[in-house]
Amino acid sequence: MPGPDSRLRDLDRARWRMALTLTGATVLLYFGFIALVAFGRSLLAIQLIPGLSLGILLGALVIVASWILTWIYVRWANAVYDPQVRALESDR
Amino acid sequence: MTQAAADTAIGQPNAVAMAFFFVFISITLGITFWAAKRTRTTEQFYAAGRTISAGQNGFALAGDYMSAASFLGIAGLVSTTGFDGLIYSTGWLVGWPVVLFLIAEPLRNLGRYTFADVVAMRMRQTPVRIAAALGTLATVTLYLIAQMVGAGGLIRLMFGFSYEHAIILVGIVMIGYVLFGGMIATTWVQIVKAVLLMSGALLLALLVLLRFHLSPAALFAAAAERYGAGVLAPGKLVSNPLDAVSLGMALMFGTAGLPHILMRFYTVPDARAARTSVFIATGLIGLFYLLTFILGFGAMVLIGPDAIRAVDKGGNMAAPLLAELLGGTPFLGFIAAVAFATILAVVAGLTLSGAAALSHDLWVSVVRKGHADAGEQLRVARIATLALGIVAVGLGITFKGQNVAFMVSLAFAIAASANFPALLLAIFWRRYTTAGAVTSMATGTIATLALIYLSPTIQVDILGQGTAWFPLKNPALVTIPLSFLAGILVSLLAPEPAAAAEFTRLERQTHLGSPAE
Repeated sequence: MPGPDSRLRDLDRARWRMALTLTGATVLLYFGFIALVAFGRSLLAIQLIPGLSLGILLGALVIVASWILTWIYVRWANAVYDPQVRALESDR
Repeated sequence: MTQAAADTAIGQPNAVAMAFFFVFISITLGITFWAAKRTRTTEQFYAAGRTISAGQNGFALAGDYMSAASFLGIAGLVSTTGFDGLIYSTGWLVGWPVVLFLIAEPLRNLGRYTFADVVAMRMRQTPVRIAAALGTLATVTLYLIAQMVGAGGLIRLMFGFSYEHAIILVGIVMIGYVLFGGMIATTWVQIVKAVLLMSGALLLALLVLLRFHLSPAALFAAAAERYGAGVLAPGKLVSNPLDAVSLGMALMFGTAGLPHILMRFYTVPDARAARTSVFIATGLIGLFYLLTFILGFGAMVLIGPDAIRAVDKGGNMAAPLLAELLGGTPFLGFIAAVAFATILAVVAGLTLSGAAALSHDLWVSVVRKGHADAGEQLRVARIATLALGIVAVGLGITFKGQNVAFMVSLAFAIAASANFPALLLAIFWRRYTTAGAVTSMATGTIATLALIYLSPTIQVDILGQGTAWFPLKNPALVTIPLSFLAGILVSLLAPEPAAAAEFTRLERQTHLGSPAE
C-alpha cells in the first residue's frame, strides 16, 4: 500500500493532467474557430439549410462544446477525484 | 439627446421603467437590510460567511459577469454587423472552462478573501501583496470606468435623467449594498439581476421567434434576404487575424484573473461547491450568449441597422428597441430596468473586490503586518468601500463623453497578463519565488498599459494619429507570454528555498483544503 505522500503526488498529477488536457481542448476549440473566421470566410458562408450558415452553427457549437467540457470535468472530479481526496483526508 | 427615430419612447421618462426600477431597488435594499444584520465579521463581509450554495453562486457568478455591455453591446453589434458580433459572444464564454479547470478549486482551498492570498501564501507578504493589489486595482478601476460611463449614458437615454444624476444615483445605491450588506447583499443582488436578465432575454427571444415560426434559421434567412448573405459570414471585423487571436487570449485568460469573479469562489463552503457553481454559471452565460444570436438578428430584421444607429450610434439600443416593438412601452420599461439592475450589480461586485484589495491586502497585510483585530478589519473594509464608491462616481463624471468601450477589453488584458500568470504559477510551480511573482505581475500590468497606449486603440481611435507604433489593438498576445517568461526567468535566476519548502504543505492544501476552517 503506497503511503499518503505518494498518493497525494499521484492525485496531484492526475488532476493537472485532466485540467491541462481539457484546457488544451478549449484553446483548440476556440482558436480553431477564430482561425476559420480569419482564413475560411467562404467556407463559413456556406448555408447548410437556408439561413443557417456554417459560421453561425460553429459559433453556437463552440458555446455548447465549452459547456460540455465543463460537464466532463465535473463528472470526472465527482466520480474519480473526490473519492481519492476523501481517502487521503481520512489518513490525516 | 434628440430623437432621430420619433416613434420610440426611448429617451423619455417611462412610467413602467420607473415602476420596475423602484420595485428592484426596494427588493434589493430590503435584501441589504436583511444582510446587514448578518454582516458582523470580515468573513461575512468579504465571503458571505462561506454559506452560499453552489446553485446560488452559479447564478451570482453569471450576474457578476454579464454586464450591460454584453446584453446591450453584443445585441447591438450583431444587429448592425451580423456574424461579426457573434465572434464576441463566443469569446466572452470560453474563459469559463479555463476558470474551472485551472483556478476555481485550488483558489477556494488555498485562499481566504482575495486572489492575492493564494499568490502570497508561501512568499514574503509585503512585496507580493502590493503587486497583487495594484493588479487588482488596475483591473477594477478600468472596468468601473467603462461601467459607470456606460451607466450614465444608458440611463440618460432610457430614463431621461441627466448623466451626472444617473452616475450619482448608481453610486449611492451601489455603496449602500456593499457598505451595509457586504458580500451577502452583493451576492443576492447578483442573483436577482441574473434571474431578471435571463428571463428578459428569454422572453424577448421568444417574442422574436414567434414571428418566424419558432425557427432561428428562418430568422437568419430573413436577415440574409434583406441585407445580403454576407451578414451570416465573417466580415470586415477580423481584418487582421492576429488582432482576433490577441483579443481572444485576453478574453479566454482574463476571466480567470478578474478579481470580482475570483472572490466569489470564497463564498461557497468547499471546492466541490466552487466546481459545481462554475458549471452552472457556464451554462447560464452560454445560454445567454446563444440568445444574443436571436436578439441581434431579430433587431436587424425587425428594426433595421439604420434605425438602430439613428437612436444610438454604437447600436446599444437594439435590444430595448426590439422590446418596445414586440411588447410595447411596458416591455421596454422592463428591459430598461433590467439594464439598470445589471449595471448596479456589476459595479457592486467590482467595488467589493477593490475594497478587499485595499483593506485586506494593503492595510491588514502590508501596513499592519497581519496584526489588525477583527473590528478594525471590518471598519477598514467599510471605509475602503466608501472611498472606492466615491472614486467610481468621480471617475464616471470625469470620463463623461469619452470613448471608454476599449477599457473593458483592456481590463481583461491586465487581468490575463498580470493576475492570471501569477495565480497559476503560484498554484502549480514549486520553484516560484517572491521576486518572480512581483516581476511577473509588474511586467504584466506595465507592459499592458504601455502597449495599449502605443496601440491603434489609443493612437488612432482616440488621439487621431495616422499610425500606431504597436500594431495590435489588444496587447494580450504579447503581454501574457511576457509575464509568464518574466516570472519564470526571475524565479530560476534567484531561487527562494523557503518558498519551495512551503510548497509541499501547499500541495496538500490545494487538494484537501485548509484544515482549520
